[in-house]
Amino acid sequence: MAVKPVMVGQRIKRREDPRLIRGLATYTDDLKLHGMLHASFVRSDYAAGRILKIDATRAKALSGVVAVFTFDDLRGQVGPTPCWVVLPGMKHAPHPLLADGEVRYAGQPVAVVVARDKYVARDAALAVEVEIDSREAIVDPEAALQPGAPLVYEQFGTNLAAKISNPHADTERLFAEAAGTLSLRLVNQRVAPVPMEGRAVVAHWDEGPQKLTVWTSTQTPHACKQNVAVCLGISELKVRVIAPEVGGGFGQKVPSYGEECLLPWISRKLRKPVKWAETRTENLAASAHGRGHITQVEAAYDKDGKVLALRGHTIAEFGAFASMLGALIPTFTHLLAAGPYTIQAVSWETQAVYTHTMATDAYRGAGRPEAAYNVERVMDAVAAKLGLDRVEVRRRNLIQPGSFPYHAPTGAIYDSGNYQACLEKALARFDYAAAIAARDRARADGKLAGIGVATFTEICGLGPSTGTAAPARAGFWESAELRVKPTGAVTVMTGASPHGQGQETAFAQMVGDAFGIDIDSVNVVHGDTDIVTHGVGTFGSRGLVVGGTAVHMAAQKILAKAKRIAAHLLDTTEERVSVEQGVFGVAGSARRLSFADVASAAHTWGIAIPGEEPGLEAVARFEPTGTTFPFGVHFCTVSIDKETGQLTIERFLSVDDVGNIINPMLADGQRLGGIIQGLGQALCEEVRYDESGQLMTATFMDYAMPRAAMFPRIELDTTCTPSPLNPLGAKGIGELGTIGSTPCLVSAVLDALAPLGITHVDMPLKPEKLWRLIREAQQKSGGAR
Amino acid sequence: MIPAEFDYAAPRTLAEATRLLAGTEGAKVLGGGMSLIPALKHRLAAAPLLVDLGRVEGLDKISVIGGRIRIGGRATHAALMSHPDLARVHVFAETGEVLADPQVRNRGTFGGSLVHADPAADWPAVFIALAGEATLVSATGTRTVGADAFFQSLMTSAVQEGEILSEVNFALPGAKTGTAYTKLRQPASGFAIVGVAACIRAERTGVIDEVRIGVTGVNGVPFRARSLEDRLRGRAVSGPALRAFASEIAEAAPLDDMHASAEYRRHLLGVYAVRSIERAIARAQQG
Amino acid sequence: MRVKIRVNVNGEAVDADVVPRTLLVHWLREEQGLTGTHIGCETSLCGACTVHLDGKAVKSCTLFAVQADGCDVRTIEGMGEANALHPVQMGFWEEHGLQCGYCTPGMIMATSALLAENANPSEAQIRHALEGNICRCTGYQQIVNAVQHAARSMREGK
Repeated sequence: MAVKPVMVGQRIKRREDPRLIRGLATYTDDLKLHGMLHASFVRSDYAAGRILKIDATRAKALSGVVAVFTFDDLRGQVGPTPCWVVLPGMKHAPHPLLADGEVRYAGQPVAVVVARDKYVARDAALAVEVEIDSREAIVDPEAALQPGAPLVYEQFGTNLAAKISNPHADTERLFAEAAGTLSLRLVNQRVAPVPMEGRAVVAHWDEGPQKLTVWTSTQTPHACKQNVAVCLGISELKVRVIAPEVGGGFGQKVPSYGEECLLPWISRKLRKPVKWAETRTENLAASAHGRGHITQVEAAYDKDGKVLALRGHTIAEFGAFASMLGALIPTFTHLLAAGPYTIQAVSWETQAVYTHTMATDAYRGAGRPEAAYNVERVMDAVAAKLGLDRVEVRRRNLIQPGSFPYHAPTGAIYDSGNYQACLEKALARFDYAAAIAARDRARADGKLAGIGVATFTEICGLGPSTGTAAPARAGFWESAELRVKPTGAVTVMTGASPHGQGQETAFAQMVGDAFGIDIDSVNVVHGDTDIVTHGVGTFGSRGLVVGGTAVHMAAQKILAKAKRIAAHLLDTTEERVSVEQGVFGVAGSARRLSFADVASAAHTWGIAIPGEEPGLEAVARFEPTGTTFPFGVHFCTVSIDKETGQLTIERFLSVDDVGNIINPMLADGQRLGGIIQGLGQALCEEVRYDESGQLMTATFMDYAMPRAAMFPRIELDTTCTPSPLNPLGAKGIGELGTIGSTPCLVSAVLDALAPLGITHVDMPLKPEKLWRLIREAQQKSGGAR
Repeated sequence: MIPAEFDYAAPRTLAEATRLLAGTEGAKVLGGGMSLIPALKHRLAAAPLLVDLGRVEGLDKISVIGGRIRIGGRATHAALMSHPDLARVHVFAETGEVLADPQVRNRGTFGGSLVHADPAADWPAVFIALAGEATLVSATGTRTVGADAFFQSLMTSAVQEGEILSEVNFALPGAKTGTAYTKLRQPASGFAIVGVAACIRAERTGVIDEVRIGVTGVNGVPFRARSLEDRLRGRAVSGPALRAFASEIAEAAPLDDMHASAEYRRHLLGVYAVRSIERAIARAQQG
Repeated sequence: MRVKIRVNVNGEAVDADVVPRTLLVHWLREEQGLTGTHIGCETSLCGACTVHLDGKAVKSCTLFAVQADGCDVRTIEGMGEANALHPVQMGFWEEHGLQCGYCTPGMIMATSALLAENANPSEAQIRHALEGNICRCTGYQQIVNAVQHAARSMREGK
């Protein structure tokens, strides 16, 4: 009996792909149910104001319109919008599913129209007359904290939603002792996650069995099930949520939204299935945004460039209401504030602020890109102050390999790391010395050329349910259930419902190896709360670390029982049975059993094993004891057109350490996608509101998405430092790219501009901004071109 | 995003098309639809009747007859880029390459781009630089409008309700004449923040005999940079002198929006004018 | 008003009666059940809705079904069969040119149109040719690899 080749660690083509490349996958908006109605939302044109009148007479008169609902119809029956994280002392007001008298951001749903077809639904939505007495809006989060600023919630008397203080006892002393200090004001601008499939919901109340089925494009179907049940006031047993094919999420589809709760209510009320799929404008205006931090960070450093302590103050935009996990995000920024460095003390204060804008929530990285950006800018600034090489400063500050698990001054415990090995590999691969020589030659020719560097770590594998994720008051474990068929085929049910990551392939590789079976004998099922009865979801780089570990644990449980069955079949004791890749043997005997043999025996009546139940299946849940800390080193080179400020990325290298990798092809994909998303924020992405709260970036005509021609080929390499916190040794990968690439590009641009005496720029690095900096610097130095 | 209802007609002849347009007040012409359809979807535009030119015979024809280039009103961007008779007029392929994307270039039309008169569209600059002439047909007759009079105000061309742009014609640039188009793309939409088209006849010595410069993206209306042309004509200008002239284009009254300030647009106009002029001169000297 | 149209969809003549404002993408998805063509924006900028109209790549969200009367329309469903995938589909699979898959049909249609015109595009040409297609997952690099893979196998006649 041949042992099958190991699949874990191999570049195995995705099993998800055949349906996707043929256009045969089913996304939510592809569903068509008998008698299905279509919803269209009427949204506020104003950022702030009181609703004076909603007149649906004309809308209701249109042929094909079934109903129009406003908040008056919902009062006391359904809502509010789910919010899971309410920080201690946080000023929190329930956010209604449709505006209750007040509107607080442009794009807020005010009414919903239901019609027989979506063309009529749209006509009718436009025919609903909404009169709003608009008020002065507050958009700028710093101005929102000033006395006399317009208030998002009158009843609070302030726009300050919450203040989070994380002082450290040693900070002030270290600042007093420091050879130097510096202070930077850093804006991490608000961006839109923009999954290519917007949010979409189909709700179907089945009056016969009194059961609600909700298809929704979500990263967290189980949370949605719970939220819908609570929102409607019905038993969770009556609700089934299905996340069919999900066209990207990037954090935006972690929270449950008002529309996801309202459509089920409408379906139950009308006893008809009802569908809504958001437009891109709705997605940009009324699905959660990310980032939106303004940070003042002060650093104390010694004469050698070692950073001793950080003092930070962050203003974090909440937007007009607290989204489901919105308040959790800034807490990560403090936790990761020290980055991969031996900074001894970090004191941080965060002010979460309400403004008349869409709410913020998780966006790929969720609080960690902000932290990495802050500390990387500090490292570059220290290097500049002391005239040291930026890599050298990092070398002096990096945590040493023997220090893990490392207790950071923020309370975070870094599981494992070898930052030096990663840095040395990146330096060699990038050929740092040659890059400096090339940059200096370009400078000698009068060009603006720069090199960027970022050395970073991050927090992955969310939970654990205590500690990091505690404010969410949710169990951040993950579930897996494995059911072995009599033929040895296996169904894997995972709660880590994916949206492009490739769990169907990666988990099948793991299970195939564990049982020595072909990948086609493994079926990975996800995203249906009636089939996968418990789960949390895919976010926070947890799919493999937490979800994969649960799969591994369930497989181990099955192997334990399989060994007992094999022992019975081989007439030996359990202890003497060896198992390698699903081949069961016994020392000193040529007899071998395959996994299929054992599976068959487990199901066959008549050869039941004494003391064992028939069948072969296992359930496992993994609750991590700590978060994992992948890390990496990014280098890039850029040039800037002096005349126009146009920025060109010439080279970009990413050397990352994510621990053990199940499928390098998928891992590359996660890293590449993340890097470009991070570069997109640095280069061009920005959600902008005007002073009155109108969204100026409401379509792709104005919200600049990264496109293929904007980037060079990204070079990838890895080191491997397994995590000790899970049996896979995996550290998590989904968000990594966005964390290092953003500061790396800004570092390169500031390096390019350094000869002009420019020391600061905020993202996005748009040509006009760079041109202005260049011109001002030239004017200061006498206008020489 | 769904348009309001409208009636639809797909005439076979231009005469029928103009008759249909004349017969319904507010009727609009549907060419490639690349500007009109998004506007209808966003309900920024509406019409009781759309007259689709898609089936009008011969309206997509491109030909070079008697030293003039004739471009049918429905000729697509892609057709202009690949037409063999236009190969040596570099500005066509050069503009096409930086205009929108391949899918849009397969549907969108040269004529539509002019009629729509978007201040950031690319072709208006080329139309001006090549001293094009548009033929406008209506139920009551035919008239021609030259490039210098074609763009009237923001999003408004000389084309009146009931008129169809049936053809655009230019003199085929002759010997010693070079053309060029350069632009800075708005990163989201791909439209021009600044776009400059130049058509220059120059001697081997670099002396500019004839020059026309069309500008898009800068003002609310595409325009001809006559003040610059006047300073260039009859001289060999390059380097700092050229840059100095280009930085003082009197016609510039730049737009100011979230994608570029007026000041930046004014500066870019000088930069891109130099780039297009230098490129056109180099091509003229080769030809 | 309703208009009778005849469109050849993936090799099959389809007669239909449509209201003029019906967008081609909606007609394909909702009337013909061809839901592989996706909608990613409303401004003709993301390319998720790309189909071939008489052999040319176009954005079906910016076309009315009536405009396709008498034309050949090819959608992602008409590209290849389970056991006979189109080389472009194969390229995307082999090179991990997709993650969530939502932009993928449009990417495949744009790519096959590119390769029909240029059998051996450079990386820069590929990136330029995908100007009209947005992918949020892959960072484009594995899409470029997929296009190169497809170009290779098409040149080799596979």
